Amino acid sequence: MNHRILRPLAVACAGLLCAGMLAGCHGSREQAAFTVPESFDESQNYEITFWAKNDTNKTQTDIYKKAIEDFQTLYPNITVTLRLYTDYGDIYNDVITNISTGTTPNVCITYPDHIATYLTGDNVVVPLDELAADPAYGLGGSELKFDGPTQDEIVPQFWQECHLGDTCYALPFMRSTEACYVNKTFVEDLGYTLPDVLTWDFVWEVSEAAAKKNADGTYALNGQNVMVPFLYKSTDNMMIQMLKQKGAGYSTQSGEIELFNDVTTDLLKGIAGYTADGAFSTFKISGYPANFLNAGQCVFAVDSTAGSTWMGSNAPLMDIAQDEVVDFETAVRMVPQFDPDHPQMISQGPSVCIFNKDDPQEVLASWLFAQYLLTNDVQIAYSETEGYVPVTTKAQNDPAYQDYLSRAGEDDDTHYAVKLAAVQLLLDNLDNTFVTPVFNGSASLRDAAGSLIESVTKSVRRNQTVDDAYIQSLYSDTVALYHLDQTSAMGGKQDLGPLPPTALALLGALVLAWVGILVCVVVRRVRDRRAGQKEAKR
Amino acid sequence: MKKILSLLVAFGMVASMTACAAQSSSVAESTAPESEASSASSEEAATSEAAAATAGTVLTHDEYMAADVDSEVTIETYVQAKQSWWEDKATVYGQSPDGAYFMYDMACSEEDYDKLTPGTCIRVTGYKSEWSGEIEIMDGTFEIVEDAEPFVAEPLDVTDLLGTDELIDHQNELVSFKGLTVEPSTLEGSDEEYAFLYNWDGSGTDGDDLYFNASYNGQTYTFTIESYLCDNTTDVYAAVKNLQVGQTIDMEGFLYWYEGVNPHITSVTVAG
Repeated sequence: MNHRILRPLAVACAGLLCAGMLAGCHGSREQAAFTVPESFDESQNYEITFWAKNDTNKTQTDIYKKAIEDFQTLYPNITVTLRLYTDYGDIYNDVITNISTGTTPNVCITYPDHIATYLTGDNVVVPLDELAADPAYGLGGSELKFDGPTQDEIVPQFWQECHLGDTCYALPFMRSTEACYVNKTFVEDLGYTLPDVLTWDFVWEVSEAAAKKNADGTYALNGQNVMVPFLYKSTDNMMIQMLKQKGAGYSTQSGEIELFNDVTTDLLKGIAGYTADGAFSTFKISGYPANFLNAGQCVFAVDSTAGSTWMGSNAPLMDIAQDEVVDFETAVRMVPQFDPDHPQMISQGPSVCIFNKDDPQEVLASWLFAQYLLTNDVQIAYSETEGYVPVTTKAQNDPAYQDYLSRAGEDDDTHYAVKLAAVQLLLDNLDNTFVTPVFNGSASLRDAAGSLIESVTKSVRRNQTVDDAYIQSLYSDTVALYHLDQTSAMGGKQDLGPLPPTALALLGALVLAWVGILVCVVVRRVRDRRAGQKEAKR
Repeated sequence: MKKILSLLVAFGMVASMTACAAQSSSVAESTAPESEASSASSEEAATSEAAAATAGTVLTHDEYMAADVDSEVTIETYVQAKQSWWEDKATVYGQSPDGAYFMYDMACSEEDYDKLTPGTCIRVTGYKSEWSGEIEIMDGTFEIVEDAEPFVAEPLDVTDLLGTDELIDHQNELVSFKGLTVEPSTLEGSDEEYAFLYNWDGSGTDGDDLYFNASYNGQTYTFTIESYLCDNTTDVYAAVKNLQVGQTIDMEGFLYWYEGVNPHITSVTVAG
């Protein structure tokens, strides 16, 4: 082979190698990071999509539609298209699908756990800190065409819940917690007095008493063939709150999994025992807690405060036939506690995130709409549809909202007593709420926590042995099923650790090669110059 | 010098390939749990099938209905319709000549789901469950019975059973309702009448479940187009969107149960 050809080939190979390396490092297509435009261009039209969740509640749908209509009146150059979901999981799945095709919505109802997964893409979700602080278009900004809240007027806990690490990726939209809806009549029929704060011991004891049967197989408490004394809707929350109340591990802030610990094992064994006694079941196994409660087939029904309009003999929303509803007194309590003097309950509820687009003006239009959802009109109207709490103090202190709270029990619709008791429960306990750490995989961990309870409960009902060996096997199956050995902190780029030796060798060899090539070129030139000088001397 | 440089470049390329290989290996490692999970499911499936085979007790429909809730059951049935598939779980309507079954979240790969065409005979092992009145097989696994003759059920006319206690005896069967009259649906707080609603209370949009009312012998019943079973691209979805109050209609569908009868309609014909 001609050496004149070989040398450029070697150089080209090295160059290609480097280019390939860079391309490999660069990975898939990146979206440019969003920067806040100086002003909003009102001469252009923008079409934005809003993926929202409603609780299969017509009034909520109407409020979304009205909010869009009112917003479009203020900003005629922005058209908002609403897409409704009734399940957070469906939104999450659709967003994941649309990230890969670059067709994410502009504004989306979401949970921070889900955002952590979205952040595995580059610049997919818009960080909101800069937008929120913008003097013109930020929270309470001078150029807004509506009376939105300032940052200080967003409840600090709720604002903080929307941060992943130090960066804000969402605006809180509504907040709720879980409540225990109690058939107080049944509790007293069993000879107990309902305490202000339920303890787990009390709930289990009453539930076991409620599970007693007559000789004919019917339940002594209700005379029916069906009785699920304690029915829990979201077992992920059940496990998370139990662990929090016990001070036991769930996960660290940075995403290390601590769920599979001795406290969890003890809790699962306890749940297994109560299930065997007929005292406990779950939504996934038996059905909606509200249906059992209202039919007089349940004593303690735990569900979101956002499900309060379904709870009780006079509930405005009902899935069972009217002739199946029994008359009883409904009491609303916080979820059971291990330490009633230091209650702890989960904070949940929808937030709103903004997806990045090529046109910063489109993102700004999205931000304006997201912010509009925090205005008092939207906040108060939406919160009144269910047991939600507005996320701004501006709305909470609004005379209209205070009037709403003061009218509990005036009717069984807007002022339904059970709903307002659930709302008051959260308002009274804002300082007792908590959220779980958010990281890429935290949504899976949450699912896994619930699945432990579901699995144990199912197994007991199916006459399978639940012992230490069963639980250890369940743990390893759960880790595999939910990929819990692949979680990472804070979403985004993963810390892949130190470079492997092969990579170091590669980089070292390339550096040496380039140094060698340069030395070679320099030496060659020096030689040529000397040869030239010798020729000249001749 | 050139030799040294060539060697270094060659070494660099080899190291690069090694690095690529290492990356492939780490991908394989990172996906291992999924494989393990899949094989765990397969093992569970195999175990269940083995248990069923050992027991050799494929239940008749009567025996299935008599079995306790939460007991393990094995049945053979013929696929009539598929409702959904997600993350290796399928929800399927099945019917045999002696009765019908609803398989909820049955372990099923996407590849196997494609094989579940109407009439296909499957042997299902799972746990009998009851969810809000619906008797179903939960956490099931299945195998296709290759040598079985296909069976596609003819709809049973249960119009005269509407409102009777006998209707539940046909739970999950393919049934028909004939000569019903479309009745108006209204939204809370409004007297405006609609022939159908998106979701039970009108809170949905196109693509969501459709709910509509129809009467027979002076009694009104609610029917559903379940959007996972029949989405907004199907004829039945379009037919219901075109209904007018007062029309006489014939329907076919599966006799699903949710806190009472809640037929999942698959066909609507305007008869007059």
